[in-house]
Formats: sequence, structure tokens, C-alpha cells
Amino acid sequence: MKKWRLVVAVLAVFALVSAACGSDDDDDAGAPATTAAADTGTDAGDDMSDDDMADDDMAEDGDDMSGDMDDDMSDEDMSDEDMAMAACNHGENVGGTLIIGSTQVPRHLNGTVQSGYATAVPGTQLNASPLLYDDEYNPMPYLAESWEISDDGMTVTLHLVADAVFHDGMPITSADVAFSIQTVQANHPFKPMYAPVTSVDTPDEHTAVINLSQPHPAILLAMSPGLLPIIPKHIFDDGQDMKTHPRNTEDFVGSGPFRLAEYEPGTIIRMERFDDFFIEGTPCLDEIVMEITPDPTAIVLGLENGTTHLSATLGPQANVLRLMDNPDVEVSAKGHEAIGQVQWMEMNVNDPALSDKRVRQAIAYALDREFLADVIDLGLTFPAPTGIVTASPFHNTNVNHYDKDIDRAVELLAEAGYGPGELQLSIDYIPPTQVIYAEYVVQALEEAGIVTELSVSPDFPTWAQRVAAGEFQMTINNVWNWGDPVIGVHRTYLCDNRVGVIWTNNTGYCNPEVDGLLAAAGQELDAAERARLYAQFQDIVAEEVPIYFLTTPPFWQAYNPLVMNPPTNNIWGQMSPMHTVWLDQ
Amino acid sequence: MLRSIAARIAQALGLILAVVCLNFLLIHITPGDPATVIVGESGAGDPELLEQIRAQYGLDRPVIVQLGSYIGQVATGDLGDSYFFNQSVTSLILQRLWPTVLLVGTALTFAVAAGTMVGVATARRPESPLSHGATVLALVGFSMPVFWTGIMLVILFASAWKLLPVQGWHDVSYAPGLLGNVADVAEHLVLPALTLGLIYLAQYSRLSRASMLEVLESDYVRTARAKGLGERRVVYKHALRNAIIPVVTVIGLQFGALLSGALLVETVFNWPGLGRLAFDSILRRDTSVLLGVLLVSSGMVIVANLLTDLLYTVIDPRIRLRERTNV
Repeated sequence: MKKWRLVVAVLAVFALVSAACGSDDDDDAGAPATTAAADTGTDAGDDMSDDDMADDDMAEDGDDMSGDMDDDMSDEDMSDEDMAMAACNHGENVGGTLIIGSTQVPRHLNGTVQSGYATAVPGTQLNASPLLYDDEYNPMPYLAESWEISDDGMTVTLHLVADAVFHDGMPITSADVAFSIQTVQANHPFKPMYAPVTSVDTPDEHTAVINLSQPHPAILLAMSPGLLPIIPKHIFDDGQDMKTHPRNTEDFVGSGPFRLAEYEPGTIIRMERFDDFFIEGTPCLDEIVMEITPDPTAIVLGLENGTTHLSATLGPQANVLRLMDNPDVEVSAKGHEAIGQVQWMEMNVNDPALSDKRVRQAIAYALDREFLADVIDLGLTFPAPTGIVTASPFHNTNVNHYDKDIDRAVELLAEAGYGPGELQLSIDYIPPTQVIYAEYVVQALEEAGIVTELSVSPDFPTWAQRVAAGEFQMTINNVWNWGDPVIGVHRTYLCDNRVGVIWTNNTGYCNPEVDGLLAAAGQELDAAERARLYAQFQDIVAEEVPIYFLTTPPFWQAYNPLVMNPPTNNIWGQMSPMHTVWLDQ
Repeated sequence: MLRSIAARIAQALGLILAVVCLNFLLIHITPGDPATVIVGESGAGDPELLEQIRAQYGLDRPVIVQLGSYIGQVATGDLGDSYFFNQSVTSLILQRLWPTVLLVGTALTFAVAAGTMVGVATARRPESPLSHGATVLALVGFSMPVFWTGIMLVILFASAWKLLPVQGWHDVSYAPGLLGNVADVAEHLVLPALTLGLIYLAQYSRLSRASMLEVLESDYVRTARAKGLGERRVVYKHALRNAIIPVVTVIGLQFGALLSGALLVETVFNWPGLGRLAFDSILRRDTSVLLGVLLVSSGMVIVANLLTDLLYTVIDPRIRLRERTNV
């Protein structure tokens, strides 16, 4: 018996020791914080405030989306470095490990071939991009210290910082920029971002000239951190398929403020500071650790306990409210405005009943997006009258909102030939989160005499297959604007984009006038004229109602008050480098 | 004995082949495919990408061709690549196997040890308040859904009292060295193992109590007592050895259920094991990973049952003797 006890004890100790050995590859990973930037930029904080940035550095038309196409930026305007030095200039408090809780699982870390939030959050720490964006859609220098756009809008010239290096010490050159653009062009799912690029010239190591087939005002925004990470040509240009390249996760060499220290698929991503990062004095943190958990409630508990510092994947609205009540956690709706999340209800215009515009309008009159935002979402989302989010400079506030009017709805249905109870519809939704919206629609339409039943899909792939195949009448959906309408909006309306894949034109809607407006707006250099074209487009869509827009849920971020310079100060939020973030320990 | 083991292994291989085929076909019957999920995850509707992914992973071929190809791969020890992570399934499983083994092993050890002790204690005094209390607690423990128990324990121990970590299997923010890591993992293991173990503790305590009550009435126990052996020796040396055989049988039979329970516990506690990998793979339609996990789980259940059979012979030499006589 004693022998057995001994064996069991030895096995137990072995198990724990092995687990402990396997739990961390690097015993030094959590070394005490260093005061990396303690000696740099002591006066920078006085010289450069946020206001200074907004007033002096940005393009003259501060509220123009991606700036005017003739924006020039000079070295003297560059304040990012000074800002960073000021951000880190807090003596002994600099350093530490920032723990980000996320429910999002990246496939890999190479943002040139993979879109989406899951890849972009770690990807933007690991790779730098030509430009950054502030919280008002203004481009800011990053790897490109300045840039010019030709008068005809057909070329964009980037002037790169001279001393930037990759994590392996190799210099970042214009050839890397050209290679990255070509990689995105060939592999990234957002084809419209770089479709007009015909070539990229590299007259010298620090100058890249992007040649376009047509003016392309979205190109500056397409050079944001999450959309154009600069990857090393000397690593990736080896003829292998970029989508499955082993270096997308293994032995990762990037250009960003943090380098990859540990990657366990679907579990943990540990990134440690890159000491030779080109913005002097940054990054402020020693480490960023992304802890991936499928359950947002665990993240919320981690935020409450202080074991998680930052998260934007908080789950249901009740979780956000709960964190708002906690004095030890800060909650903000700022940041991530460019993502432009819209919840909407698509109507299949090929369906016999829904092909009648009056029926679609009747449905719109029967619904109340204010109720959804204020009651169902507990005031944590905002009503969305159009498909271009309110935060975008191209949002049109004057479209027909279809304020709830049951009498008008019944009248329109009668005109279309449907009496009370005669119209029967079904509604799909992405499970499980959107069921509450779908259930609301069922009840709201009942008031107008429309009988609606829920069409339940057990999971996302099942729903996606049904919607892609057009096997639905109405469906709740969640689509992102992705900063510029060219990237995230056009795709769902264009006649020729009914291609049997989700998040394309799934409604079957086709209006040549809309196509024309989108084509014109996509290459209009004048920001005001561009906004006018998009406003017209939104008016037409509101009138024809292929989609009823529901709400805009902000990307609520929760963070520990110890987190200084949290990513709430730019339109991409956590999809931007956190080189100026630090912990006040 | 060896021939018997060889026959069992041959049976096991046949069973595994059947499991592979059945799992493959069942998974492919479900609507949705990994290409849809990958395109969905990218946030863009790109038909080219969809076709590319389907071609890359051979999803555009007939199911029966895919099955044949998969069986061929498995026969050579290659479980394929994950559609989602683009990494070998074997490496993903190896990363996740150890946490699951640790969790299931700890939970099982706890459940068997504590359950048997409670069962013996209550069987010795079946009408005592302790026995009735334990019966009620066992019923409560058996009735609680494992995910609910987990959430309740998290709320109490991690959120309200802040005694134990909320999730994960080690603290990601620091690496305190080997001994520190041992303590760290042990600390993280407490709640998941307790959650998973409680339901089985309840079962094993009831089972060992019933078995012990029966054995304590046996002639040989009465004889042992009559010979003047101490009560402790009678119970633990003579009675328990026979009473534990049904418990061992149930352990083998329930090992599959234990792994299923681990899936829920790993999800609740963000424990990076095979269960979580399987759960995530279902949602992503990452069929190659899912098939790999199911294959490994089936293997584990089959091995557990084999070990159970072998354990009988250790616990009760009469079984070994009978086998030998039969052979």
C-alpha cells in the first residue's frame, strides 16, 4: 500500500512539474519592468499635446475622411515620436506587462493576407504600417514620415523613416513597402483596397511611389496599421503561398513595436518590446500578452479582479453595464470608430413578397430601431438609420428614418395586396447573439399583421450557408464599414457582387443608379463632393429598403485604470500599435 | 493473458476505424464548411478566397474520396492540417493533450479517492447523520450540471472571495520559475478539477457505499472479525478490496463521459485542453482538428477500458486465475 502511495505521489508531482514546464517557455519572460524611456524626451510632453496634434499636424481639412488628396506631410509636422516620448516619460512607472483579454482567435498573425479583428490586434503590435490615424480620421505619420498625392490623384509617394529596422535587424525599405502592397493586392480579402494600384516604384530605399489606374481616395486609409502591415520581403519573398507561409506564425519577423515571444494557437500570444523600434523611447510596455478565452464572462471577471487589463470583447450588454458600475474598471465607447459596426436586417428582394418595395417599406414602418437601442440594448447601442455609420464623415443624417408608424405599415401592405395575417415571412439570424433582435422583429411585425417565424440556425456556418445560397427571406446580420465605404460598404449593394458568399450583395438588390453613384464616389478626390455622392446613395437605399438598418454597437472597451494612454484615441482602437500605452504600476 | 490483450488491441483497432469513418461522415453531413467560416472570419465576401480554400484543402472533392484520403493519411500517422490554423493537427493536439490529461487525471483521482472514502465511512455507519448527510450531498452533487457548478465556483472563489484564479492554467503575466510554476498550475487546477470531480465523487461515493454495505455482510468479513482482526484492518484490507471492483468498472465505463465533462469545464475555465480545442473546432468547422481530437479521445477511452480490465486482475487475483483456467 505504501508503495502505491509513493507511486501516486511521484506521478502527481511529475504531472504538476511537467505542466509547469509546459506553461511557459521562457522563465525570463516576466522579468521586472524596465524604465525604457526614463531618459528620453523630458520636455516633449509640454511641447506636444493632443490638441497640438489635431491643430498643427493634420491636414487642413481635419474632418475630411483620409484628408484631402493633395495633403502633403513634412518632417516638421511629425509629432508622433515626440508624443510617444512624452507618453513614456514617466520615470519608474514605465514598463510592465499589459494583459489583453480577447475572445477572438487569429488564424495567424500576418495581416497582409488575413483581415479581421483577431489578426489585426496582435498584428498591429508586430508590424508597423505607413500611416496611423487619429480619432478624427486624420492620417498621421508612422513608417512614412511624409507623403504626397499628385494633383490628378494618380500617384501616392511615401517617404519612409530612415532608421527603421525589422525585428531581425534588417532595414525596412521601400522594396518592403512595395512587396507588402503587392501581397495585400494578391491575397487580402478586401480586394477594393488596392485594386486600382498598377505598380509601386522604388526610386530609392526610402521612397515608394504607388501608381494608380484611377484616383483612389480610400488608399490612405488602406495604409492603416491593420490593413497594410509592412512585412519583410527578405523573409516572405521565397515563392511559398503567402496564406499558408510558415513564417506567418513561426519565427515571426515584423516591423512593429513588439516582437513575437510566444504563440500558442487559440490560447496565448506573448509579445515583448522591440528595443530597436524606430520611434525612439517606445514602446513603453515590456510586454503585451493576449489571453484568448472563448467566454467573455471570464474576461469580465478578469477585468474585475485586475488580472486582465484591457478588452474590447466583453460579450452581452449586461457585461458592459456591470463593468460600468465597477469603480475599478474604466469603460469607454471611444476607439474603433472606423470599424463601423452596423446591425441590420437584409431582405431578399428576389422573394415574391419582398420584391415589392411597399412591403419592405411597411416592414420598416413596423420596426423601431430606437426601441432596440434604448430598451433591448439597454442604451448601449445607437440607432443606425443608414448603412454608413454615424462616426463616418460620409454618414447622411437626413435619410428617411421610417419612424414607427403601424397605420402607415398596414396601409402599404394593403396597397401591396396583403390584409392582416395574409403575409407570412421568416427571419434568420446569426446565432446565438442576434436571436433577441430576431424575436423583437417577430413581435413588432405582428402588430402590422405580418406573421413571422424564426428560422433557427444552430451555428454560424449553417447560417452563412443559408444566406450565401439566398435561402432566406429576412436575416439579421452584422457588417463592418472598415473605415472607408469603398472597403466595407460598396460590396453589399453592387449589382455584380451577388456572388453567393456572405457579406456580399446577399439581398439581390440591384439599382444601376446606385452602382453609378458608388463608382463615382469611390474615385472622387474632392471630399465634399464625395460626401454628397454617398449621401445620395444613402437616400436611394433608404427609399428602396433592401436593408433595414437597426443599430450601431460601439466597440466598448474596458480597461484597468492603471492602463495609461489606452487605445481610445484613434479610429482603429486596439487595431493600432500600443507603443505609447503603459501601466501606472 | 498476452493473447487476450492482443485480441483486445485488434478489436480496438477495428473500433477506431469505425469511429473514424462514422465521425467523418457525421461531420460532413452537418451544414456549413470551414471555407465559409474562414471567409466569414475575414469579414469580406470574397468568392475567389472561398474557392481557393475549398481547393486547397480538397473540400471540393466528393465526400467518399475525402474519406478514403483521410483514412490513408491516418494510417500513416498523419492527422492532416488544421484548416483554420494551417498547422499540423498532431502538433495542435499535442499542445492541448497534456492540460486535459492533467485535468482529467486530477479530477478522477480526487473523485475516486474522496468518493471511496465517503462511501466507506457512510457504509460503516449507514444510519448515522453523517451517512444521511453524505447521501443528500451526493444527490445534490450528482444533480448539478457541470457548467453550472463551474460558474458558481468561479463566482464564489474567484470573483467574490478572490482566493483562486478565474481562468487559464497558469498566470500569463509572469514566470516565477519551476517551483513557482508548479504552484501556479496547481492553483489554477483547483477549481476546474473540483468542478469536474464533484459529479463523479457523488457517483463513486454512492457506488462504493452500496458495494461496501454488501461486502461488509459477507461471510469472510464476519470470519475476519471473528478471528479478532481490528475493524480498520477488516474494512480497508479485506472488505474494500472487493468493494472497489464495481467502482473500477464504472471508472472504465465512464471515462468517455469524463472527457465530455472536460469539454464543458475547459470552456468555462478557459483551460487550454482538448475539450476546448474540440469545442472551438466545431464552431469553426475545422473538421480535421475535430476528427483528430475525436480519434485521440476514442483512443483514450479504449485504453482506459483496457487498463480497467487489467486492473481487475491486480485487485482481484481470482479473475486472473479464472482467465488462466479458461485459456
